[in-house]
Amino acid sequence: MAEEKKTTRKKIHAADTMNRIMADYFYGLNEAATTGKRKVAWCTSVGPAELLQALGFAVHFPENHAAMLGATRMSTDLIPAANAIGYSPDICSYLTADIGAYLSGITPLAKAYPGIKSVPKPDVLVYNTNQCRDVQDWMAWYSKKLGVPSIGVTSPKNVNEVTDAHIDDVTRQIEALIPTLEGIAGVKLDMDRLREAVSLSRECTELWKQVLETAKASPAPITFFDGTIHMGPAVVLRGTQQAIDYYKVLLAELEQRIRDGVAAVDGESSRIYWEGMPVWGRLRQHSELFANLKSTVLASTYCSSWIFPSFDGNDPIRSMAKAYLELFIVRSDRYKEKYIKEMIEKFRIDGIIYHDAKTCPYNSNSRYGLPGRVEADTGVPSLVISGDLNDLRCVSDEQTKTNVEAFIEQIAEGR
Amino acid sequence: MTTPVFVGLDIGSSRTKVAVIDADREVLGHAVRKSGTDFTATAAACLDESLEMAGFRRDGIASAISTGYGRANVAFVTTRHKTEIGCLSRWGRDRFHGAITIIDIGGQDNKVIKLDPDGRRAGFKMNRKCAAGTGAFLEEMSMRLDIPLEAMDGLARQSQEMVKLGSYCTVFSATEVLENIRHGKKVPDIVKGLFYSVVRRVLEMDSHAGRVVMTGGVVAHNPYIVEMAGEMTGRPVLFPELPQLAGAIGAALYALDEADPIGIRNDIPAGETDG
Repeated sequence: MAEEKKTTRKKIHAADTMNRIMADYFYGLNEAATTGKRKVAWCTSVGPAELLQALGFAVHFPENHAAMLGATRMSTDLIPAANAIGYSPDICSYLTADIGAYLSGITPLAKAYPGIKSVPKPDVLVYNTNQCRDVQDWMAWYSKKLGVPSIGVTSPKNVNEVTDAHIDDVTRQIEALIPTLEGIAGVKLDMDRLREAVSLSRECTELWKQVLETAKASPAPITFFDGTIHMGPAVVLRGTQQAIDYYKVLLAELEQRIRDGVAAVDGESSRIYWEGMPVWGRLRQHSELFANLKSTVLASTYCSSWIFPSFDGNDPIRSMAKAYLELFIVRSDRYKEKYIKEMIEKFRIDGIIYHDAKTCPYNSNSRYGLPGRVEADTGVPSLVISGDLNDLRCVSDEQTKTNVEAFIEQIAEGR
Repeated sequence: MTTPVFVGLDIGSSRTKVAVIDADREVLGHAVRKSGTDFTATAAACLDESLEMAGFRRDGIASAISTGYGRANVAFVTTRHKTEIGCLSRWGRDRFHGAITIIDIGGQDNKVIKLDPDGRRAGFKMNRKCAAGTGAFLEEMSMRLDIPLEAMDGLARQSQEMVKLGSYCTVFSATEVLENIRHGKKVPDIVKGLFYSVVRRVLEMDSHAGRVVMTGGVVAHNPYIVEMAGEMTGRPVLFPELPQLAGAIGAALYALDEADPIGIRNDIPAGETDG
């Protein structure tokens, strides 16, 4: 293969709008925490954010903060501080990076948003173990450290079909949080506000889905790497109008790209599905690695995990429970295989890359034979790369590069 | 000489390998040297040595392809490169007709590559970020045992009662080795245990039905490993000619492909099928 001119990533113009609303969000959180005008809740990524919005909390998402630590490549230096107090290098590197940052008095927010000095001090910590057990342990550390309550939902895992029994269970757990949260918020839950928040989340989720599905076009107008950045509002601002307004802007730009035949990767010659977490500290390198091979990573489980089709403003709490349970990460391999096969078909995928993240078993779906089963059923080749979401000590750039180049060669030669 | 030659340069993390082939895919010259710290100088020395063996000069090179970790460090001869996995597959397709698994044990990593009945790559795996089962593991252990690397094969063959090592961590294995020395175990038995560990690590990377061939520097210098792999899989494992050069020959074959885009020569039956 000839040495080729390095490809640069194409800027998505809506990013400027996104940066503005993300800045507003972080400054709003900071104001809430520093002035005490609003109570602050920390919420795990698919925790009951809509309930917190409806109760008037300013909501901080520790996983979002941890991803920022990864993307700014600060995490690898901070993780050892958490390791040193007994949090193993083998557990979630979001947790260890975030706690390490707190112990070191460091936050990427301070650099990105002048005037912000620290993460917003919480009044309550709210988790949902639908992601993993680590989020509960993570909030437990802050609870002890900061003397604030940590409450949450203990979710079923490895679910084949989401049944009424599962939904009843989680619904009751969400309902049980309300009195405590009302006490901290100092207001009674207004069901109309909750209905509105859930409806807004639903609208946001539908738009985000449409954004991701623009990648069905050939060439795709957006990559997975773009998606990991542009999902920010879907993560931290779901349940708000700002997120909806943003995705309308982004969707319009991507639809225009399709009409104009503008590709995210010029000369797209293969279409790749990414299964697992991004390597946050290598987003740019990975994006360029694939672009230089004229390969587009255009769909992923990760970005699609913020699509919640079950949100229903008419039945807010029960539909929240259902949405939180239907999540990919909550499901059995039987479901996951079916899901990935549907994605292969929908996006006309030529190859799947499974990221086996050293510290995130819950998002590493290559450990129980799934890639082999999907490959046998579909004939679509797959590659497992070893790495990590936040701990770059677990990442080998040269191995990743060799593996990816060989995989794209294999796809090309297989045609 | 008027007919041109085709060159493959495999700049590995441990050794640099160069192969020179002619239009009939015959290997005319080859060389292997420690890669050292100056990949370009080592590659140049290897290139000249292999060209001399072939009876050619640099101006006789029709086309060249590089591979390996230092593949971008040989701009003086080529800027075109392929992955090691691609080159080993190309070599396997040329040398063995039909489906085969190639197990390559290199200095820094292992690769298991499966070719389908048409000789196309059906899939591949590389070791995780871990020295287990690589040349680096044996190098570390030869240092610990204070025996030269080249003496290991002969020692392993003398073993009467192999020592079994349980861990796949190089550091833990070193501790196990020291423990066995303390308990008076014989060096040949420990060395065979180390070989066994290497073979186990590479065999457990994938399932192995059908034919298997082993390549790489570790295999070239320790052919007993191939015999042990055969015993462990219950059927012979192929030991090819020039196992350490397989990647370089594959790169040279790619160079020939480029010079002969129609690919007529790819259909010539290979003379060498099972080494």
